[in-house]
Amino acid sequence: MIKQKAKITVTEQRLIEFFGNLGGLTAFAVRFFKTAFFPPYELAEIKKHMDELGVKTLPIVSVTGIIIGLVLTLQSQPVLVRFGAEGFLPFMVSISVVRELGPVITALIFAGRVSSGIGAELGSMRVTEQIDAMEVSAIDPFKYLVVTRVIACSIILPLLTMYVIFLAIVGCYVAIVLVKDMTLQLYIGQIIDAIKFGDFIPGVGKTIFFGFIVGIVGAYKGYTADKGTEGVGKASTTSVVVASLLILIMDMVLVKVSLWLWPV
Amino acid sequence: MSFVEIKNVSKSFGDFKVLEDVSLDVQKGENLVIFGKSGTGKSVLLKCLVGLLVPDTGEIFINDKNVHKMNIKELNELRKNIGFLFQSAALYDSMTVRENLAFPLIRNFNFSSSEVQEKVERALENVSLIDAIDKMPSELSGGMRKRIGLARAIITEPELMLYDEPTTGLDPITTKEISRLIRDLQNKLKMTSIIVTHDILCAKIISDNAIVLKDGIIKYKGSLDNLVNSDDTFLNDFFSFEVLDEKPEQ
Repeated sequence: MIKQKAKITVTEQRLIEFFGNLGGLTAFAVRFFKTAFFPPYELAEIKKHMDELGVKTLPIVSVTGIIIGLVLTLQSQPVLVRFGAEGFLPFMVSISVVRELGPVITALIFAGRVSSGIGAELGSMRVTEQIDAMEVSAIDPFKYLVVTRVIACSIILPLLTMYVIFLAIVGCYVAIVLVKDMTLQLYIGQIIDAIKFGDFIPGVGKTIFFGFIVGIVGAYKGYTADKGTEGVGKASTTSVVVASLLILIMDMVLVKVSLWLWPV
Repeated sequence: MSFVEIKNVSKSFGDFKVLEDVSLDVQKGENLVIFGKSGTGKSVLLKCLVGLLVPDTGEIFINDKNVHKMNIKELNELRKNIGFLFQSAALYDSMTVRENLAFPLIRNFNFSSSEVQEKVERALENVSLIDAIDKMPSELSGGMRKRIGLARAIITEPELMLYDEPTTGLDPITTKEISRLIRDLQNKLKMTSIIVTHDILCAKIISDNAIVLKDGIIKYKGSLDNLVNSDDTFLNDFFSFEVLDEKPEQ
């Protein structure tokens, strides 16, 4: 008697895929930590990726930084005027940008630009057997391709975030000058008074985790890609979605932790 | 003692049985061709040989060492002695031809930069593509990519060479050129070779012996001439050059 296979519904299929991906990504991250701390450290390759990722993302984050500062200031100014709190404008904008908007928006843009790029690049290497060729040549492709990219992302994103924060503060000053008179010295003085070390550490510090997420998700999707060019496209798009979602979830967790460690 | 020993290897993907109880010996210096229809497990067998895939059952010995009982360090030591030409050549897209060839040498051996340079140039001269040394893989034709892939595979002068469809997708003239190149390199470097192919022309130029895989099982083994001239229906179909009297429907 022929045994018939039970039919799986679409929902069940999606759930299986979700938990399969979750388990796969976790195992991939564990493999990263097992591999990253042992030589060879591939410093030249990490430096090369930092250079590439930084250059790739710099134009878009530059525009974003200026616009965050400009728009946030122009939107907040009338509201603060209504409450007679216009003097708090630099304070409010700088705290928002340093603690939350700068890190999260930079990370989301970085995910869109870099995670998809890593997914597509490694996915294409997987389907054209380049990763297999590396393995057969007695070279560890995980270390050479994955670990180096994830470390590069974790280092470069905090640097980009600091740059975005700086540009947003510049944008804020430009917006203030457009609507009222304020000297640069007074503005800088207010910013220095507003931002404390305790604001800066959690804000920029959390981008190390965001960078790790961007790198590991892109690398996981690309490294495990299959089904030819369709698989490469899927790796590229899903890595952006998953990385962005994980960044927001991680942000929620880290905000709670940072408020506990560095209360406002 | 055989140089490569495959003992009762089986491999499945889900419900699909690709290899079933395959046993095979390859002597040192032998050039063995593996024929078979698409999907009969030829490439899977090659990937099992280098540890890219793990068989469900059975054992594989290369130079008396059990491939799937080694730790990763031992496996990598073994892999340094194996060359693999992939079907797509698998050149690293982000590297120039020079960097592609130098990559395994720099990573796995302690050669000085002048020695690496010398080996790269010699390997490219062997495949008559020294002019392409600073080109990117995207600038190369299919035949050139295959030759560069071959140069990269033999640059470490391995004892065992594995070829996965080395002439697929090439025109008959380039097929002959690549096949002769493989034969000449084998004679020069005295390598043991296992060649997976559908191409009888390529097999005729390269091989000593051949096997035919059918439904994951070795159906026939012998010299290529015996297989081609066999009375067996399947072999006749497989090796037949005759154009059947089948006209396209009008």
